[in-house]
Amino acid sequence: MAATEKPAVAGTGSVALDGLLTWVDQRFPLISMWKDHLAEYYAPKNFNFWYYFGSLAMLVLVIQIVTGIFLTMNYKPDANLAFASVEYIMREVPGGWIIRYMHSTGASAFFICVYLHMFRALLYGSHRKPRELIWIFGVLIYLSLMGEAFFGYLLPWGQMSYWGAQVIINLFSAIPFIGPDLSLWIRGDYVIADATLNRFFAMHVIAIPLVLLGLVVAHLLALHEVGSNNPDGIEIKKHKDANGVPLDGIPFHPYYTVKDILGVVVFLIVFSIIVFFAPEMGGYFLEANNFVPANPLQTPPHIAPVWYFTPYYSILRGVPPLFNSQFPGVVAMGVSVMVLFLLPWLDRGAVKSIRYRGAYFKVALTAFVVVFIVLGYLGTEPITVWGQFGAWLGNADRATVVARICTVIYFLFFILMPWYTSIDKNKPEPERVTH
Amino acid sequence: MSDDKQVNHTRRNLVIATCAAGGAAGVAAAVPFAASWLPSERAKAGGAPVEADISKLEPGQIMTVEWRSKPVWIVRRTKEMLDGMASAESKLSDPGSDVPMQPEYAKNEFRSIKPEVLVLVGICTHLGCSPQSKPAEDKAEMGADWKGGFLCPCHGSKFDLAGRVYKGAPAPVNLEVPKYTYLSDTRILIGEDKKGT
Repeated sequence: MAATEKPAVAGTGSVALDGLLTWVDQRFPLISMWKDHLAEYYAPKNFNFWYYFGSLAMLVLVIQIVTGIFLTMNYKPDANLAFASVEYIMREVPGGWIIRYMHSTGASAFFICVYLHMFRALLYGSHRKPRELIWIFGVLIYLSLMGEAFFGYLLPWGQMSYWGAQVIINLFSAIPFIGPDLSLWIRGDYVIADATLNRFFAMHVIAIPLVLLGLVVAHLLALHEVGSNNPDGIEIKKHKDANGVPLDGIPFHPYYTVKDILGVVVFLIVFSIIVFFAPEMGGYFLEANNFVPANPLQTPPHIAPVWYFTPYYSILRGVPPLFNSQFPGVVAMGVSVMVLFLLPWLDRGAVKSIRYRGAYFKVALTAFVVVFIVLGYLGTEPITVWGQFGAWLGNADRATVVARICTVIYFLFFILMPWYTSIDKNKPEPERVTH
Repeated sequence: MSDDKQVNHTRRNLVIATCAAGGAAGVAAAVPFAASWLPSERAKAGGAPVEADISKLEPGQIMTVEWRSKPVWIVRRTKEMLDGMASAESKLSDPGSDVPMQPEYAKNEFRSIKPEVLVLVGICTHLGCSPQSKPAEDKAEMGADWKGGFLCPCHGSKFDLAGRVYKGAPAPVNLEVPKYTYLSDTRILIGEDKKGT
């Protein structure tokens, strides 16, 4: 279609504005994009609380990008200067402290939103056919986010930055044959050093954010291609009116933009309270040891990753070495994340939403959430936190035994999923969405 | 392209060959980028051997020197320390040091060239934390039969006074003994032996 064949834009109430939009729309698909993704994107009318976290995650992404850009203006990615430059931002740059606390709180907020967003998918079967690709893009976003958080955590060059990175990079050393060379390649030195800090900075501020933005676009395009799921887990496109609009669908704008603004307001209130009154969150968002400069010759007495990694860290720590190699623990940790990719195909339930699932799925999901939280808690604590069992169990650390049991349950949730979802006694799904 | 007869196979093959050659060149272009992550010449130079003077190291004392930014411990073990080591051997994973975590000349009972002088890389073989020295006096924390050794604060791996790991610890193998050689009775070169680095 030649540009001039497109109809003129009308109805903004201003002739000048109509003219401007017409000029743009004949050269750029402005109006069709507005319609496809907002004004005429029909989302199910029964979204509930759980549907806030996708848009909130996007809000946090924007917060992280904006605060991150301003942090780079004063941060120095140099092993001799990095720690002091962060302190400089905190103490001397006007407004620096709030920009940095927004960024550090934003990191945890991002994972809170993403974990709740993923849990929503499990609740209502949003990962199921035809939304497998949305889920896969989502897991890729989650993996990028983990990379982003890991690279970013080294930058303050505190003790926990340094030793946390040491532990994670050494995971690669456990890979047979290529491991030691691989970890040398990642570090660029025999230990974590300036070279490592510099390249992590590049990954954190350029490489991963670009990947992340691309994946978010792909996630949304895939979503808007098939349409949103809803708490009933049924397809609203089965019932359309004469114009092809789903009977149970409402335009995303203005209905869900307004709803999401409410979510944003509540979120920002909570976010501000944390930024102003508890930016360290008792050591969970910012660890005390990270206020000590990195020292390669002295390990802090207790090393724990930030809370969002701890479930996987517990799995790593819980798996005992085999044949003088810690590789099994590393594999278990890797598989525990990668198994998420298979979820759309492991789930064989005849219905999608937990509202119509039988008892097996409900029990399995509850157990999964409980072990995920227990593993997460144990990962923040030393293995001696609960003391030892008596001699009857070889004086084993209680926390290790519990972590091993939880690890087994974690994997059983996925391994047994094809079985318990297919034999579950589901309830009948409604024909139309309910409230 | 609906009619196959219309395809000019010479041109089609040329397109395929051009794409393949261009693709190969594109892959080759990744090499310098991947190589840029290898240690630079400066980083390699920083990995040179270091010398340690042990003339002031009293029996029972430990000193730390930095080699490749890693802590290397030198311990002058007393007679009691050496005698005590044998008693806990049943609790060790690899008492005979069969896993090659040491040069051949240190594969012996005390994992050292001279029995009393221990040279050890102070980095846990589990995930690279630096263990802490726990002398025999720390029985309250380490258990009544503790003969002295090292405890990794990260994940609780225990090592004896030759860096041999206790059973049940997350660390899979003994602590590493670096290459080293005596330049004189009181001077040790760490990171290099008679065979080179």
